[in-house]
This record gives sequence, C-alpha cells and structure tokens, in this order.
Amino acid sequence: MKDLGMNLALSAEEKSLLELITPELVKIGKDRSKLIPILQLIQEKLAYLPGEAIHMVADHLSISPSEVYGVATFYNQFRFNPPGRNPVKVCLGTACHVKGGDIILENFERKLDIKEGQTTPDREFSIERVACVGCCALAPVTVVGQTVHGHMQPSKVEGLVLRARIEREKQQREKQKNESSE
Amino acid sequence: MSPANKEHANPRFDEIREKAETRKRAFKEAPGPKIHIGMATCGIASGALETKDAFEQMLAQLGIDAQIHTVGCIGHCYAEPFVIIDHPESGFPPIFYPEVTPGKANMLTKLFLAEGDPRFEHILGATEKNEMIPWVMEFARFSQEKRVVMEKCGHIDPEDIYDYIAADGYSTLAGMFQRTPQEIIREIKNSGLRGRGGAGFPTGPKWELAANEARDTKLVICNADEGDPGAYMDRTILESNPHQVLEGIIACAYAIGAHKAVVYVRAEYPLAVRIITGAIQQAKQLGLVGKDILGSSFDLDIEVFQGSGAFVCGEETALIRSIEGFRGMPRHRPPYPVQSGLWGKPTVINNVKTLASIAPILKNGAAWYRKIGTENSPGTAIFSVVGDVVHPGLIEIPMGVTLRTLIFDICGGIPKKKKFKAVQIGGPSGGCLPEDFLDTPIDFDSLTQAGAMMGSGGMVVMDEDTCTVDISRYFLDFTQKESCGECTFCRIGTFHLLTILERITEGEGNEADLKTLEQLSEDIKNGSLCGLGKTAPNPVLTSLRYFKDDYDAHVEEKRCPGMMCRPLVAYYIDLEKCARGCDACVGCCPVEAVFTTSNRKKGIDQSLCVKCGECMVACPPEYDAVRKVSPPQLAPIVERPQQTVKEHK
Ligand SMILES: Cc1cc2nc3c(=O)[nH]c(=O)nc-3n(C[C@H](O)[C@H](O)[C@H](O)COP(=O)(O)O)c2cc1C
Ligand code: FES
Repeated sequence: MKDLGMNLALSAEEKSLLELITPELVKIGKDRSKLIPILQLIQEKLAYLPGEAIHMVADHLSISPSEVYGVATFYNQFRFNPPGRNPVKVCLGTACHVKGGDIILENFERKLDIKEGQTTPDREFSIERVACVGCCALAPVTVVGQTVHGHMQPSKVEGLVLRARIEREKQQREKQKNESSE
Repeated sequence: MSPANKEHANPRFDEIREKAETRKRAFKEAPGPKIHIGMATCGIASGALETKDAFEQMLAQLGIDAQIHTVGCIGHCYAEPFVIIDHPESGFPPIFYPEVTPGKANMLTKLFLAEGDPRFEHILGATEKNEMIPWVMEFARFSQEKRVVMEKCGHIDPEDIYDYIAADGYSTLAGMFQRTPQEIIREIKNSGLRGRGGAGFPTGPKWELAANEARDTKLVICNADEGDPGAYMDRTILESNPHQVLEGIIACAYAIGAHKAVVYVRAEYPLAVRIITGAIQQAKQLGLVGKDILGSSFDLDIEVFQGSGAFVCGEETALIRSIEGFRGMPRHRPPYPVQSGLWGKPTVINNVKTLASIAPILKNGAAWYRKIGTENSPGTAIFSVVGDVVHPGLIEIPMGVTLRTLIFDICGGIPKKKKFKAVQIGGPSGGCLPEDFLDTPIDFDSLTQAGAMMGSGGMVVMDEDTCTVDISRYFLDFTQKESCGECTFCRIGTFHLLTILERITEGEGNEADLKTLEQLSEDIKNGSLCGLGKTAPNPVLTSLRYFKDDYDAHVEEKRCPGMMCRPLVAYYIDLEKCARGCDACVGCCPVEAVFTTSNRKKGIDQSLCVKCGECMVACPPEYDAVRKVSPPQLAPIVERPQQTVKEHK
C-alpha cells in the first residue's frame, strides 16, 4: 500500500507553487484524458502530490477526489510524500538484485532510520526502490540525487550519507556567509 | 532487387539530404581529431558527462582544436563510458577506448592527441581494419552480432536529425510515398517480421487488419513502456536513434491510413522522453512529420505520452486505458485494438524494435530481411544480457543463434572461472533454463517450447552461486506488486505463490508447498485475463521443472545451494586463519556484529549479523578468514567476551 501521507502541512513555498499551477490547468483544459499529464505536471513542480493538489485536480476535472487517488495510486511514478533533498534510489532491477541490491537498500534504511518510500523528518533524505537504471554492468547501483554510484557495497552507504550531509552543511554555511556579507 | 531499393527523386528530400551530407563532410574534413563519446543513460550513469568535461578542459588547456561528437549507446555496457578517437594525423585508425574515466581522458588528450602516442594498454580495438591495431570486428562480441535495429546506435548523434539523414536516414520515405499502402503492407508481410513486444505477432497482417477497417480516424501507438525490471533496449534505441523509430511510425501510419501517432514512453526515462520529443520537433521542422510530408499530401502528427510506470501498462489494452486517463487495467480481447483501440478507433500498437525494423526492411527489401534469422522468426533479436558474464550489454543477434554462442562466445562466458548454472530469459514472464538447453536456438517458438519466452529480451546469466528459488521469488515479488488486481487468480494467486516462495527461502517450506506451487501456478495461468497473469508463474514453473534440487535442498535440508537466501546462510570467522590484531572486518560491519575474542582474533555475533557479506570482502586476501556456510548451523559458535562489549562502547 502506498502511504498517502495526507497530514503533512504544505510549506509556504509549496502553496505558492500550487497556485501558479491553476492558470496552467485552465490552459490544459478539462478533458478527462488530461488527468495523468496534469498529475505529472504537479509532481514535476512540487516533487510530490499533496492532498490539496489532488482536490484541486478533482475540482478542475469535475470528478471525485477518490477517483483521482484511484488513478494516482495505480502508477508507480506518483508519490504522496515529499522526497528528501537527496533522494536515494536503490536499484532493484534484475541484475542489481542478483548482486545483492536488497542488502544495500537495507543498509540505507538502517542508516537513515526510515523505510523505503519514506522521507527523513528533516526532509534531507528519502529512499525509493527503482527497477533498472540502465547500467546493469555496474550492479549493484544506487542513485543519490543525480549521481549514479555503481558497484555499491554496504560499507559505502555510510560514506554517501555523510558526504551528502557535509555538502549540505557547507552550502548552508556559504548561504549564511553570503547573507551576512550582503 | 526489390522496388524499394530504387532511388526516388524527391526534390524536397534531396535538398535536406544535400544539406545533411554537406554538414557531414564539413565535420569529417574539419582539421583536428574527432572524439566520439557515448552519452545515453548508461554512459552518463558510468560518468560520461565527467569524461566529456575532462576532454573539453584538457583540450582547451593544451589549445588543441578537436571536435567532440556526442553519440548514443553502442550496447557495450562493460566498456562504458566509451570513447572513439579518430585522429588521422597520428597515422592511427579510429580507436575504441573502453572505461574512459576523466583521468584517462586527460591522459589521452595529452599523450595521444598532443603527442601521438595512442597508449596501447588502454585500447579495446580499432574501428577500421588496419595493420597496427586489432580491428574490433575480429572480436566475437562485435563480429557475431548482426545489427539491423541498432546499426546506427552509438554512431550518430541522436539529437541531430542531419546526422541520421547523412547516414541514409529517412531515405525510404520518398520511395514509400510513390507506392500504395497495400504495397507497403505486402512488403512487410513478405519480410515475415514479427512483433518484438514479446508475443511475436506478425506485423504485416496486423497492419493489414487495421488498414481494412473502413474508418476515418485510425491511430498508431509506439509501445516504449518497457516494464521488465532488467531490460533497457527500448529506452536505449529511443535515446540513441529516435529517428529510425519515427521513420517506422510514418511508414506504419501511411500503410494503415492513420494521421495521428503516439509514442508511449515511461516518464521514468527522462532522457528518452527528451530525445524523442526533440526528434519529433526536428522532423517536423524539416517537413518529415506534420502536414503534407515531403509533398505527398500525407499528414501525420506524432505526440509523446509519458507513461507513469506500471508493468501492466505495457499490455496493449491497459496502455490504451492509461492514455485515456484511467487506471491501466487490461480488458478482454476481442475486439482487438486494430478494430477498436484508443478512443475506440482502429489502432496499431507496435513495439519500438518492431517499428525500428521497418526502415531497414523498406530500404533493403523483404527478401534481404528474410535471409537474416530463421524461417519462422526472420530478423534479429536484441537482448540485454546481464548478470554473470564477462561482457554484458545490449546484443543484437540474428534469430537462431544458440544460447551457448550468445553467452559463451559473444558475451565471453562466466567470469572468475565459475560454472554456468542457469539463464533467465524474458524477465517476469519468462523462465530459467539449465545447461541442457544451451543449444536451444534463440527464436520465438523454440524459447516458448523450452518454457522461457522471448518476452522483453531481458537475459540474466547466473553462475553456480545463484539460487533459482530466490530468482523466482524476486520475479514473483515483482509481478505480485504489479498485478493490477482485476483477476482474482492473478491478484490473490500471485500473493500466495509469493508467500510460499518466501517461506521456502526462509527455510520454513515443506513438501506440500511444492505441490501447491505447481497447482496454483496452473490455476493462475488459466484464470487470468491478460498476459501478466498468464505468464507470471513461468519463473516458478520452469525453476521447479529444471532446478528441483534447489527446492529440495531448501525444503528438506534448510540449505541454500547458491548461498543467496540470507536466512539460510551464516558467516563465521575461521580462527585458524584470522590474524591477531587485524581490524579490517570490524570497521566495515554496518551493525557492529564483529567482536574481538579473548586472544585478539575476531568473531561474529550471529544474533546481530545481517549477512551482508561485507566482512568477507574486507578480509585481506592473505588471511581469507571469513567463511560463508549454509545451513547456518554449520557456523561454529564463538562467545563474545564480556569486556570487549565495554571496550567497543
Ligand atoms: C504484462 C504485459 C506487459 C507487456 N509489456 C510490453 C512492453 O513493455 N513493451 C511492448 O512493446 N510490449 C509489451 N507487451 C506486449 C503488448 O501487449 C503488445 O503485444 C505489443 O506492444 C505489440 O507490439 P508488437 O506487435 O510490435 O510486438 C506486454 C504484454 C503484457 C501482457
Ligand atoms: S538492474 Fe540495476 S542498473 Fe540494471
């Protein structure tokens, strides 16, 4: 079952993003067959489908929210939880499975203390399983953010998490420095 | 010579081709070396972007005037990121370099491009016959392939339509419009082409059925859903040579009288989506798609629909439902999509590879195509061969080649001197075949007869350290999650199959389970509407038939012969071999299960161990002290001394 995650409050930024989508919906039109492209558009902007968005789409197409959920939950692409700033995608395609991809997944779950499909409370990381990212020769493979890491080993997990955290701290420090120098 | 072979003058196309050829000549004649870099998803995943950056920086730094040409995937995944350097001034032929890291890129720029030393130790081969460097076509991985669909993949820039046209692309259109749709259908029928989407339905007759429907609106759908978790050739073709697919779509639309086509590609393949969308745009600009194509008064619009990722949406009727905006659930056939498809209109749905075969057939004629492959399965097959082989990747072979040739000659056999155990063909709908079947020719009918299936073209080669029960469990886990839930047998039956398999892989299975597996599998096959349910039990049935020993070991001895099922294995440290004071395994253990014994050697706390095998990798080869055993009781118990617990804290 997909976690519908309906109780997370929208951030101000997400609210304004959602508002920006309204005029685009008008442009797309009210044809029922636009449902999936609309959901894709929203997910592209917000990175997930919050409950508010589902209701908005239902109103727009004059169908019930449960029907929108029905379609959205059917497809693997749609998510109902915001992804972390560093989405971790562990490949469990055939080649990666044979090379122990599930062990890598478990290690991420243990290290980040969340399960596949969830996001850490600080929204820093989220874990997903994906099927074949297309570089089976490097199996097992994990994609962190945009970077593909091949020949993964359980012991590399900690380093990846740590590296992402350090990067983030560095960014924040630089941001602060810039702000204070302005 | 078939009529398709004649050159047909078409002033509009000739003008485009002229321009393409001029551009190609200009590129060829431009001074300085040319660097071709493979930049499909696989290349990028292996670091091709960094490699390209490294080349660019180093070239700028050394002031070398060279041209970088980004191309698609050549199918040699083991070699990614690959680079072909054409440096005529050095006196060497174009050279294929595998695994070019940024460091290697820097080195090649300095030593080869600037100083003319090709660094022989890094060469895979030359791409042209010559006296100095072995020609790649002398290697089985190259010479035994037969490229029809993937001929241009990895040689042209997929984002530049002129590159395709200069390589004789779109050349069939002008001639095609001078022939009647019936003639085109006859040509395809004569070629014997069968659909590459899995089932192998003959393409010509399918088009004919749609053409015979007397309706105004008809549609063409290119099926690039590719749901098999271990296959990626459709994406690769879209990413490496999108125009060949478009050329096939145009031919299909012309043959059946459709004016609208949809390319259904997964949103999870962002690069493929971008490239095919751009390709349609470019084709439109040149008047190869859109209104009055090349002055033929034939119109065709092509759109991209992004699929949202559901295995069952690869099934044609489910795919149609999902374009219509609903849950992708298959429906009963007939009516077939050729009679009533998208929006109730006659619709031809063809796989990417099927459509990409059309242009070569029209260009060279049906008779040429028939000469490739076997009587009943003409043409080529594309497999993504992964797992335990030396040279994994995408491989296009003529139908009829045996599994043995494919695995041992072309892909280089099993690495690390291990023994072959099984090959899984066709992904979640296919089956596991043992060594006895290695001489089976690869074609639609022989594979089905053996219990496997051409399916999606996924092929996983497994060595002796693989557990076929676990592989079946893996595929069942996949199909169970992807079952759309429409048919009770598929929905609940696959769940029970999976539960039983999980029980067996955990060492909790019994004799009766094996009977139930078989019975239930047959019931699911009979009780399901679409191909997903009908084929989902295949992995179980074939492994039960050919690898009964594996099941028996799990059930009777609670032992996993391939040592893959984690509940049935244990790791321990051989105290005879463990070196006093070495800490290699302690640091790498993710759960702190490794402890120091009273005489400063190491032990594993079995209650904490998650069996990731990391200590085995970490243990220095000169000690080689970590052992893996199944069943787990074989591991001697080493007590954890009290004080070391404190010491660790
Ligand atoms: C569960 C299931 C999944 C399928 N997935 C695909 C797929 O990913 N790509 C594809 O081309 N055909 C797929 N097919 C086959 C299609 O239903 C259809 O037969 C095919 O697209 C026809 O094209 P062809 O005649 O060129 O083979 C699938 C069928 C089933 C039952
Ligand atoms: S299975 Fe993981 S990259 Fe292909």
